[in-house]
Parts: sequence; C-alpha cells; structure tokens
Amino acid sequence: MDKLKRVDIIFGAYTAEKYKVLEATMKKSSEEIIEEMIESGLKGRGGAGFLTGLKWKFTAGEADPERYVVCNADEGEPGTFKDREILTTVPRKVFSGMAICAKAIGAKKGFMYLRGEYRYLLPDLHKELDIFNEHLKRFGLDFDVEIRMGSGAYICGEESALFESIEGKRGEPRNKPPYPTVAGVFSKPTVINNVETFVNAMMIMKYGAHEFKKLGTDDSRGSKLFSVSGDTPKPGIYELELGMTVEDFVNEFGDGDTKAVQVGGAAGFCVPRKKFKDTIIGFEGVPTGGSMMIFNSSRSMYNVLHNYIDFFEEESCGQCTPCRVGCQQLMKGIEAVKRGEKQSGYLKQLLNLSDTMKITSKCGLGQSVANSFSSIVENFKEEMIY
Amino acid sequence: MSDKIKVVIDGHDLDVDKGTTILDAAKSVGVRIPTLCHHEDLCVAGNCRVCVVEVEGRKTLIAACAAPVEEGMQIKTTTPKVRRARTDIMSLLVSEHNTQCTTCYRSTNCELQDLAAEYNVDSERYLSVLKPGIEVDKSSFSIEKDDSKCVRCQRCVRTCAELQHVNAITVSHKGKDMKISTFMDLPMNDVVCVNCGQCVTHCPTGALTERRYYHEIWEAIGDPDKHVVINTAPSVRVALGEMLGYPAGTRVTGQMVTSLKKIGFDSVLDTDFTADLTIIEEGHEFLERVTKALKHGEKVALPMITSCSPGWVKFIEHMYPDHLDHLSTCKSPQQMFGALTKTFYAEKIGVDPEKIVSVAAMPCAAKKYEANRPEMNDSGYQDVDAGLTTREIGHMVKQAGLDFINLPNTPYDSYMGESSGAAVIFGATGGVMEAALRTVYEVVTGREVPFKNLNIEPARGLQGIKEAAIKLENVLPAFDFLEGVEVKVAIAHGLKNARTIMEQIKKGESPYHFIEIMACPGGCIGGGGQPIPTTDEIRKKRIEAIYAEDEGMPIRKSHEVPEIAKIYEEFLEKPLGHKSHELLHTHYVKRNRY
Repeated sequence: MDKLKRVDIIFGAYTAEKYKVLEATMKKSSEEIIEEMIESGLKGRGGAGFLTGLKWKFTAGEADPERYVVCNADEGEPGTFKDREILTTVPRKVFSGMAICAKAIGAKKGFMYLRGEYRYLLPDLHKELDIFNEHLKRFGLDFDVEIRMGSGAYICGEESALFESIEGKRGEPRNKPPYPTVAGVFSKPTVINNVETFVNAMMIMKYGAHEFKKLGTDDSRGSKLFSVSGDTPKPGIYELELGMTVEDFVNEFGDGDTKAVQVGGAAGFCVPRKKFKDTIIGFEGVPTGGSMMIFNSSRSMYNVLHNYIDFFEEESCGQCTPCRVGCQQLMKGIEAVKRGEKQSGYLKQLLNLSDTMKITSKCGLGQSVANSFSSIVENFKEEMIY
Repeated sequence: MSDKIKVVIDGHDLDVDKGTTILDAAKSVGVRIPTLCHHEDLCVAGNCRVCVVEVEGRKTLIAACAAPVEEGMQIKTTTPKVRRARTDIMSLLVSEHNTQCTTCYRSTNCELQDLAAEYNVDSERYLSVLKPGIEVDKSSFSIEKDDSKCVRCQRCVRTCAELQHVNAITVSHKGKDMKISTFMDLPMNDVVCVNCGQCVTHCPTGALTERRYYHEIWEAIGDPDKHVVINTAPSVRVALGEMLGYPAGTRVTGQMVTSLKKIGFDSVLDTDFTADLTIIEEGHEFLERVTKALKHGEKVALPMITSCSPGWVKFIEHMYPDHLDHLSTCKSPQQMFGALTKTFYAEKIGVDPEKIVSVAAMPCAAKKYEANRPEMNDSGYQDVDAGLTTREIGHMVKQAGLDFINLPNTPYDSYMGESSGAAVIFGATGGVMEAALRTVYEVVTGREVPFKNLNIEPARGLQGIKEAAIKLENVLPAFDFLEGVEVKVAIAHGLKNARTIMEQIKKGESPYHFIEIMACPGGCIGGGGQPIPTTDEIRKKRIEAIYAEDEGMPIRKSHEVPEIAKIYEEFLEKPLGHKSHELLHTHYVKRNRY
C-alpha cells in the first residue's frame, strides 16, 4: 500500500482517560469551536460536501433559541456500511460529536435517526447513551440525545424527509429554502450531519484543525471511511486519505480485472477503466459518501444500471413528477432498447430526460439519478444495446 | 433592513415584499407561469415541477410556486432550457395518464389537457407507464375516484387535510406505486369521507368527479309515466352561468328556469321555498330550546347548530358523535322539499307520488349522499330521487343544445315556487344565520332586526369564523324571560373552522347560543358541486350576486312568504307540529372514524 495512505482516526483507540476531549471542549466557547471547525475545512461525510463548520455557524447565528442537533444514521446508500461499524464500535465518539455541536450551536436536544435495519444496535446504543448522559451532566451541558428509528425508506436519508419522519409524518422531502439551518426539524434551526462527520468533529477537537488539514487536498480535507465491495479480494471498511485517484484505489482493491468502479453508490458516478487515471476521489472529482463498488469484466453494466433504476423507481418518494415518472421511463426505456423495441437513438432521449430530472427534481434523490444513469449509459453504450 | 426585494423577471425590474414567491412576483407584472399542483386555497406543494424557471447562477431550475424571491435574483421564465424542461415534465405526466380525453367528464375543463395542448406535448415521446387495470371507485353516492387520471399533485389531499380537517384521502405507497388512497385502501363509501366534494373542485383533472345521475334523469324525463320535478338551490342560480358563457357572479335565475323547462322537467320549483320553511322550523326550534333552558331551567343542548349542510352533518357524526344533540333536528331544505314533493305537492297536483321523480339541483356533492341516507323516506318513498350538481345541470343544458345566453326568463312554477330574499342568502356563508335572525328577532320583539335595510353585515364575508351579538330589548310578553339577553351567534364555513367551533363546545367553553356551520369554504356558493375553478375571487363574486338577488326580492323575510303561511294553514298545521316532525325533522347517526 504505497500510494494509499491508511489512517486510523475514526476507529482509533479511545484515549486512556475517557471523555477527556469532550471535557476540554466544553470549556471552549461556541465561537472557538465553530472557528476550529471552519478552519479544519471538514466537509460533510454524507456525500454532499457542505462545509460542516459553516453549517454550524449559520445555525448558531439564527434568532430562534430552540435548536436541534440531528445525526443522520439512516445509512441507506447501496454499498455503504461504514456508519454501522462506527455505531457498533465507537458510538461514544458520535455522541461526543453531537454534544460538541450542541455546545457550539446552543442546542438542548439531539436526535439520532437510525436506519430501520440497524434496530439490533439499539440496546447497546442506549447503554452507551446512559453512561454518556451521566458524563454530560458532569460537564454541565444541558443536552440529551433521543434515538428515533427509520422504517426502511431510502428517501428518509434525505435531510428534510428525515425531519418529516422524525415529526411523525410521511417521509417526503420539503421545498428548499428554507434550509435546515433556518428551519429543520420541527421547523427550528437544525444542524444535521452524518455519523462520520460527528466523529470527525470530535477528532478535530482532539487533534486540532491543523492536524486534520495535513491530510487530504485543498478541496477534500482529511481522511474518510470507504465501504469497499464488489469484485475485490478484500471487501471491508478502510479509512483512507482523500485525494487518491480511482487508479490508486483499483490497484489496491481491484482483482486485476476491474472494468468500472461505482463511486458513491446508486446515486453516485460510474467510473470506467479508461478514466481511472484522471479521476480523483473527492470533491474535486467524484464525491462519495463512502460507497465503492468494484465491477470486473464478468459483470453486465446493463444489469448494474437496471438494478440501480429498479432501486430508485421504488425508493423515490413519488411526490415530484420528474423523479416519480422519470425513473419509470428510464427503466422502461432501457428495457425497450435492450429488447430492440426502441432504436438505440432512444438512449439519447433518455439521457436528455435524466438531465431534466437533474435540474427539475425536488430533492437530491431525483437530481442524482442522472449521475449513475448518464455515466453508465455514456460509457457502456454497447452493453445497453446488445 | 428593507422588507422589499429587488428582482428582475423577464426584463421587468420590480420591488416585491420579502417572502413573495417567484410565481406571485411574476403574476404582479403580468408574467404567467404555468402551474398544476398549485392552488391559491392551499399550502405550497412544489411537487408537479411544471412551474420551473431559470435563475441566473443556479445550476438547477427553480419551482416558482415554492421559492421565495431573493435579493437581486435574475429570473427568466421562457428560456429554451425552461421550455424543454416543462415540455419534458408534461410529457411525463401524460405518459402516466389515462389520456382518453374524449370520454372524460372533465374534458375541456382540465388543467392537464390545457397545459399539454399549450405546450403541444408529443404523446409518443415516452412509453406509457399507466398502470393497467385501474378500476374507478364508484362506491360513494357522491364522489367517483379514478386513479388512472390522477397526476399526484396532492391538491385533494391538501384540501381534505387543510381546508376540511377530514383526512379521508392521503398519499400511500412510494415511488412508482405512490398514489392517493384512503385508510387501508378502503372504498370511498367506507371511510371518513364526508362527501363535501371539495377534492373534486380542487382536482385539476378528471381523477375526482362527482357521481353523475343525469343519465337516469334524462331517462325519467323521456318516460311519459313519470312526473319529474326539479327544485334549484340558491347557489345554482349565481354560478350556473359560469359554465354557459357568463362571467362569475352573473345571476341567471330566469334563464335557468327556462332551460330546465325546455329540458323537459314537468315542474321547476325553488328550493328557496323550503329554505324559508327551514327558517320557520329551525327558528322555532331555537326558541323552544332557549325557552326550555332559560325559562324552565331544563337541560337542553345549546348552542344549537344548523343542519342544512350534509357534509357538515356527516363530519359531526364521524368526529363528534357525542355532540349530535347540538344539531338542529331540521332536515336540510333539499330533504324537506323531497318529503313535501311526494306528499303535499303530489296531493295538490293530483299525481300518484309513486310516479313522481324528485330531483334537486344543488351546488353540492354531499346532497347526493344525503338523498340516499336510509332514513330519508318519510314520504313513504325515497324523498329525493337524485341530487344533481350545478355542473351536471350545465352539462344537461349543453346536451339539450340550448342557446342559454339567449333564453328568456321564466318564473318558478307553483306550488312551492315562492320564497323570500332570506332564503336566497342561504347560499352564502352567514346567510342561514342572517335569515334566522330576521325572523327570530321579529318573533321575539315584534320589530325588524336593527340593521340597515335588514342586511346583517357582521354575518357576511369570507372570514373563517364570524361572530355577532344582538341584545333583545322590549320583547313581547310571551318572551319576557329573554328581556335584556344578548343572543350570541357564530358562523363557520369550511370544516377546519367547524372543528375550532366544535372543540370549544367539547370543552364546554362555547359562548354562543346559535351557530351556523357550512362544510364548504364560502358556504354553498363554494360547494363541491359548483363550476370549476372556485377561488376566493370567484366566491366573492357569487356572494355579491346572492346578496343582490336578496335585495331584489319583494319579500325579504321567511315568515312573510304567503305560500309558507298557506302550507301551514293547509297541510303542516304549525311549526314543530306533528306533521312537521314527521316530514321535516330527522335524526342523526353516531359514526366511527375508521
């Protein structure tokens, strides 16, 4: 592993003195914490890549004193399983990150929205939370975390749909603006971050922004967890410094016959072999929430795409036209081309449709269907037709 | 910080209030942006995406209905990018739609059809994704639900939830299976639906329509053995014109009567007659309750609430089954009319009631259900054979090939064709209360209500809940116990407001004696059977027409109508008398929510 730098921050051992970082951070002012976060350049680990410190700053600056911290643990993107590992092995770091955020923005209440399939983690998480709450009292922070269960809808990982779900409503994305920093859960200013982001926040408090910045590139600071799956001899979760190319990645994890890598899950981009060298994994290239699916030459990219669209067709909430009907059209369309009922030129029309979905859908789900659709269809056109 | 925001829309510089949507800002300078899921009565949804516009510097297009303007926005509404996106979205909507427009009841009055035509959508662009085998839910007496024509705009859902607080229909499933459904996907007649039909008037397409009965009525008219009688509700005369070439708010009473005669109804009568009768019966019922409560100290249910609106009646039956004793026992004017048609009227004209087909022209969808309530057969037959909506009457006039605009005026037939201005105003929210006060005040004091020109202004207008109080002074000796009493009344329209009133009653905090409640926003003029669209602007015009009709009537008070006096003399004997109870009053049913 020469080009890839393995790091061990997220899962790194607890310090000898438990809660030392949290205790020290609680003595800092809100401004100091936010300043440090902005300085670190940490971008959200869910994949969208908004500057975490800025998100916290906006929320802290809102007039309404009732604010919330929400941890998005709905980990639903196909091919990602890193948050489960974090919550299994180092949940305290997540709660600590949430408490740090609460201190920074002045929130008294936090929610962890846990993926429905992770219900088995609940007893351990609650046990950890009880101990954690005791310590919080010791530090004088008036904050508590409630764990809410998801029920299996992918769309509830979208932040505003997640809020709706917490509020007891049907999980459908809201119109934006207003953004969560202004009107999030219960229409109150809210910071919502991914599980990994909160752990990163805690680690930034521990090591300092300057240490964090030493890793990664200008656009993509730090290290990140990758969920590696597919045609690889060593599937698993790896913490890697950001800024590598797909080629670096494939050299390490591929099976020697890698045809394509799907970066960022079903909502992400498919990188074909010819582009491995020039594609950086990170916000300057292809961003990812951690999902890395490797396909070797035995795989049909038509089947891969079919599988993704099948997923989106089901998991769209169905409220907005481009996403609800668009997904069905993409599905019917590639099937018709494959069967020869439509000319190959129809693919062009479907690509145009995916562009429409990208610019008119209400939320990130519909907007990102085009990512995998166009990157697969454009790079593997023959496989779509023959 | 200034509350005004500067934006540019298609080259127009404008200053608009903070919080204004792009859609409204554009409208203010005459730029029309197409919409489908948007309705001014409802909250913003932003889900059809037809209204997308381009904002300089943004990667994605923006939904104009949902996005508030921001300082310095450069907005363009007709760029090629916007046009392409809109056309694409409409093509998608058409691809999941049952496009058999030629046989659709809403054809030529359909927002999707209009938009698709406007953008010349190519129906071949995409493959059809219309689910096969969708069956029309015809279980309800009032509403037909055809999911094959649904565009998932959720206007009906928002109407049912926000305006009506009923929540009979909502979104179920997700993704490609997402649809508008009922609790457990039960048929419409098995759920909490109150049949108000507001979902129908808010539906942009033919997915929700009223159940039509006019085919049967045409058949009956053509049957020489049948005597077909129709009575027309107050609100029909001020709205029917909208379907036949007139602007909103045109009074077409005389032409409507002519057209119905030409269609072949044997007799065209006025529901206003039984509206006046309702005032007499309900007014006396109110006085009886007040007498019991204040004079004899008996426990009676006060406030008393009107029962003319069948949507409201079903609402209280479902939502507040323990408070049914607050409802007046009076039947609605439609049902009084039906009961009298097959008794009093049949006797008068010497026709066997079995041969009579009693039809009601109503602004309402719930009236269809009401006509079919099992207890509504006091005449010995089903009292009302069919309730037709204003829209159905409009269609019948068209089917008859009549040149409506050039028809002469004809007066109503007799018997039961005479009425007062107090009856006409039943059509507007507050009208029943105003009519009742005109009579009750006079019965108690011997004087006219102390309002200029008999117009009780506090009862009028579109405010959700209206209140009024009248102090009773120098009362007649029979009502001496009411001397100095301030009678407090309230008026609510739209079931959201009805719920507010009912919550007060439930908590024992209601300060009122008498309450008028109408299920539909604006009252009957905004009913679920009225021409589409219905908006506040149109409601106001219909209301103006209603009050103008009242002002133009020679008689303005229910108790002064000669035919009313006569029917008591010849048939009913006295208000709340034995025969009245038999024919004009009813009882209610406790229902569950599920």
